[in-house]
Amino acid sequence: MSSLSQRPADAVVGQAIPHESATLHVTGAALYTDDLVGRTAGVLHAWPVQSPHARATVTALRVEAAYDVGGVVRVLTAADVPGLNDAGVKGDEPLFPDEACYVGQAVCWVLGETLEAARVGAAAVEVDYAPLPAIITVREAIAADAFQGGQPTLARGDVESGLAAATTVFAGEIDIAGQEHFYLETHASIALVDEAGQVFVQSSTQHPSETQSIVAQVLARPSNAVTVQCLRMGGGFGGKEMQPHGLAAVAALGATLTGRPVRIRLNRTQDMTMTGKRHGFHAQWRVGFDADARLVALDATLTSDGGWSLDLSEPVLARALCHIDNAYWIPDVRVNGRIARTNKTSQTAFRGFGGPQGMLVIEDILGRCAPLLGIDPAELRRRNFYVEGQATPYGQRVRHPERLVHAWDDLAARADLGRRREEVAVFNAEHPHAKRGLAITPVKFGISFNFTTFNQAGALVHVYTDGSVLINHGGTEMGQGLHTKMLQVAATRLGLPLERVRLAPTRTDKVPNTSATAASSGADLNGGAVKHACEQITGRLAEVAASGLGIDPSQVTFADGLVAGGGDSLTWEQVVALAYAQRVQLWASGFYRTEGLQWDSTAMQGSPFKYFAYGVAACEVEVDGFTGAYRTLRVDIVHDVGDSLSPLVDIGQIEGGFVQGAGWLTLEDLRWDESDGPTRGRLATQSASTYKLPSLSEMPEVFTVSLLEHAHEDGVVYGSKAVGEPPLMLAFSVREALRQAAAAFGPDGCAVHLATPATPEAVWWAIESARSQPVEASLPHRAEAAGVTIDSGDPSAQDEHEPDQPEPDAPPIAPESEQLADSGSPR
Amino acid sequence: MSSRMPSATVNGTPLGFEGVSGATNALDWLRSKGLTGAKEGCAEGECGACAVLVARPSPTDDATTEWTAVNACLVPAASLDGQEVVTVEGLGSPDDLHPVQREMAVRGGSQCGFCTPGFVCSLAAEYYRADRTDAGCDAHALSGNLCRCTGYRPIRDAADALGMPSGDDPLGRRRDAPAPDAVPTRLVGATGSYARAADLADAFALLAEHPEAVLVAGSTDWGVEVNLRGARPPFVIAIDRVAELRMLDDDDDAVVVGAALTLSEVERRLDGRVPLLAELLPQFASRLIRNGATLGGNLATASPIGDAAPVLLALDAEVVLASSGGERTLPISEFFTGYRTTVRRPDELIRAVRIPLPLSPVTAFTKIAKRRFDDISGVAVACALEVEDGSVTRARIGLGGVAATPIRAFATEQSLEGHPWSELTVHAAAEVLRGEGTPIDDLRASAAYRRAMLGSALLRLYADHAQPTTTEGARA
Repeated sequence: MSSLSQRPADAVVGQAIPHESATLHVTGAALYTDDLVGRTAGVLHAWPVQSPHARATVTALRVEAAYDVGGVVRVLTAADVPGLNDAGVKGDEPLFPDEACYVGQAVCWVLGETLEAARVGAAAVEVDYAPLPAIITVREAIAADAFQGGQPTLARGDVESGLAAATTVFAGEIDIAGQEHFYLETHASIALVDEAGQVFVQSSTQHPSETQSIVAQVLARPSNAVTVQCLRMGGGFGGKEMQPHGLAAVAALGATLTGRPVRIRLNRTQDMTMTGKRHGFHAQWRVGFDADARLVALDATLTSDGGWSLDLSEPVLARALCHIDNAYWIPDVRVNGRIARTNKTSQTAFRGFGGPQGMLVIEDILGRCAPLLGIDPAELRRRNFYVEGQATPYGQRVRHPERLVHAWDDLAARADLGRRREEVAVFNAEHPHAKRGLAITPVKFGISFNFTTFNQAGALVHVYTDGSVLINHGGTEMGQGLHTKMLQVAATRLGLPLERVRLAPTRTDKVPNTSATAASSGADLNGGAVKHACEQITGRLAEVAASGLGIDPSQVTFADGLVAGGGDSLTWEQVVALAYAQRVQLWASGFYRTEGLQWDSTAMQGSPFKYFAYGVAACEVEVDGFTGAYRTLRVDIVHDVGDSLSPLVDIGQIEGGFVQGAGWLTLEDLRWDESDGPTRGRLATQSASTYKLPSLSEMPEVFTVSLLEHAHEDGVVYGSKAVGEPPLMLAFSVREALRQAAAAFGPDGCAVHLATPATPEAVWWAIESARSQPVEASLPHRAEAAGVTIDSGDPSAQDEHEPDQPEPDAPPIAPESEQLADSGSPR
Repeated sequence: MSSRMPSATVNGTPLGFEGVSGATNALDWLRSKGLTGAKEGCAEGECGACAVLVARPSPTDDATTEWTAVNACLVPAASLDGQEVVTVEGLGSPDDLHPVQREMAVRGGSQCGFCTPGFVCSLAAEYYRADRTDAGCDAHALSGNLCRCTGYRPIRDAADALGMPSGDDPLGRRRDAPAPDAVPTRLVGATGSYARAADLADAFALLAEHPEAVLVAGSTDWGVEVNLRGARPPFVIAIDRVAELRMLDDDDDAVVVGAALTLSEVERRLDGRVPLLAELLPQFASRLIRNGATLGGNLATASPIGDAAPVLLALDAEVVLASSGGERTLPISEFFTGYRTTVRRPDELIRAVRIPLPLSPVTAFTKIAKRRFDDISGVAVACALEVEDGSVTRARIGLGGVAATPIRAFATEQSLEGHPWSELTVHAAAEVLRGEGTPIDDLRASAAYRRAMLGSALLRLYADHAQPTTTEGARA
């Protein structure tokens, strides 16, 4: 066991404690960035002038009229930018653009004494646009060959031989929906300039160091003249990894030009129309099974909807490709990836970071094909699990595959799946107008940033002479409980009660060059750094205590506020006082980098992940045959968090991730105006009244979560595992349960395609397709009704599945079977 | 006109309305006073992060007070003149948590914490609800609050763990006295003024003086116009506390519901008297919205997707319009004239909605939406039928979401009336119903699905009333 993962007895880590800010949250005392406005004197408020066009050249910008509005102080335009007019790291995100690239893009900003003045001033700015042709959908981009960034291929073996040798080959495609983050706190920044011209930006950002870097880039100042602080975020989910930078830069620019604090807070509509979301994807695939229904080959092309700029689309795509296998061994694989350039918001990080979209492809394949193979979908999944000794398509050995089996079997027992399957069958036989489905799905998710460099972190731990401890680290708190875990790590390593340790907000002048708090890695990385800092301090204090106790430093232990050894002890405070008197350094900076990673992003080969997180979920739904409406009756989860650092926090992440995933897959329905009318490219669902996230009414009636036992993870801080993202993908169980329930309206063994998101309407179309399938049909003939074509002959014949197949005109979520029935008949 | 300075009592302290105009919402005003616990999450009453408690007359006993949770982002600040408000800061402090706050904190009910103050206020309103007899919580109490982090399980557990207020709980004891009276506020603001009508005569006088004024009751629709679409009316007249608009009469001929009763008040005071309304109201927006929204407001905004109209159409209800010149009563089927337009003249108010008796016994309300709580209908269908001796003797069907206005499904009604209550009749009528109106494709639903759902609503009604054993479970 590594020293990093070794956990002392009675450790503070592992205790189920509430969030460190819980009492502040529930009393309204917790401060968020925009709560600072009323606590700051002389603040100016910013309002954007947003493009009404999906793509247009800005031919003229006349700002004079804005200054006629009472209270308008300054209009910020490209001419004001002293540095680089770009809000990104790829050089493709002009902050003040001369070509608007999506509806809602800010072309300039107005600063006012009040928000009202800024709003009215922005309305007075005159902008002339020359509209240009715009691309809105992925399918349009495919047809126009409009891509951006690299086009990687992940391959192993010979996929054509594999398909040729397969007993059964299926082909199909799927459109995967995007998702709005809908963090409850919209983007916010407030910038001040001090007497020496140094800039201090408080920002709701997951990546303070990068926010700092972009602010410096725009202002043409060195990084040491810019400090970024994040108090806490009202949710992030990846949406505040890249997107805050430009907003912080505008606030900072305004502050430097006016000498006054400048505040930007997007309202919900601005946030939804200006900032990026989860990437929608289009996937096209061919898959081969052998006679035992084992996967033998997969050929797929994944096209992500990148929006107007590259943003994080390349690493998102890489993670999608690296997760198309999910938990399954597929000998021959070829997955092509590409990023569509569309005139929409710049799609970005969102919990799972491409992983969910990649995994959805294989889970959709298995869900659609199981009935065609004549096998229970749970058995199909279970049969194809990785086993020890196998590696992923990118060449990383799959460690601990048996954990997935343990989780699966444990869940089947806990959730009594055998009996409940029989009950579902009885219910379905007795109820013509309602059907139930019960599905179980696995998750295997790689932990670490794919980009190896980001897997580093820093911390700063101070021990004051009274013995109290203050920790800083590079991670940000967005509700995920990172700060809670870091307090527990520090208290554990220092052998102190939790209340002796305090944590200060994340600031770039405390810990520099930090990575984004992202990729689920916050606790792994920062926990390693905090622990490293604490170990330096305890190392020095052990020397001090050893001389006081007359023993060797290696015998000194730190626990319960006592520094002990040789049958004697000193209090922590005594040792700290001694150390100070002896001129021993009482603070330390810690550093951590994840060992053992290597990744070739060109070859798409290597071992990019420290480990895999595993989980299994079982979900039972009931679907109404009249409407397609459904209820989630019961969800049971067994999830692998290693040895939990903080069980209450971890269970919260699992439940919250699951519900957010279920929202993505069933309810949350981003709609863009795809018409050729004057509002082409407009986000039609740009508010909470049109974009619906799960509410209490979607809560499963029974919802149990168990942490996988005997799950110690060697080489990770106190034996734990990352938990932020993986549980989101447990929600595939909801989608597959809905599919099975919809299919139950049709003849036995009927296969259905289910659109994403599986709204009541989408489920109703799936029910209708099931009902329309003839009872007497034998399996292969039903293939096209599921949006799947069967290929038992020449795989290359599938090439007539053109990727640029146009979308059907009529209902946007018409059953895909109708379109595929024309182009893909059984072969 | 009142000469007193407008002010409200917030957490026991009087706060003034300096700089407030008719368009200033209560949330911005509270936050400007340093009370930043309430948050803006959406500014349209969908997320509940801004929820606060207001002392209102109890729907069940006028002499007592009910702590009523409302969306501060929708309520005009000026509407709180003379009222008592409690925000999350007023419930407890980190060192002295309120029981609701304690349950939320210890159970992991907060993650990022941004929605939490709103949940706490909604839960506190439920905690103090006088007719809550048992510990625990009505799930609908939280239907207007969104959380993006927790997945709700710990919040539901916190709600289920609520005990009853102790005898010395100050907010609990405050309930025993009457709520503050409405104040005839006159507030002149830089970007718009606000007046609260003292009574019906005052309302008519204000209307005569300010014919351009916007009439508001709960402001649940109007607040969205202000916050999201920049509406800045020169004059707002509040009529939500006008006594003549807050009557509820139930006699032999009709149930008459005052236009300015909130939907929560209607729901609790009717207490199932009109089954179709009882079926509708829990599905109408959220508790936070129903605590402000009124039947009068829902009809006056005349949205084609408002949920009250289809039900009132099926009930054959009448709208009572009042002006200084007198009253007129007309069938609701004649009330709507086009997209968001009605026959109401600028000098008129909706005083009441009259539901004639007896009620038809076979009724159903079907709302098609993506989410079960707090969503807007893609389609809404309300049916009220009388079946005698195996035949349909009377049919009234109201539809929302299939035309520019809410409509009656006259052709479908005719295809039912006088025919046997049979599968044959119903299937034929469902086919007719699918052809009613002119549904469109939009973000909520496709036209094809809307049409299909019209038919489904009738088939479901028949399945429930002719073959009661078929399905119970999967009601949307």
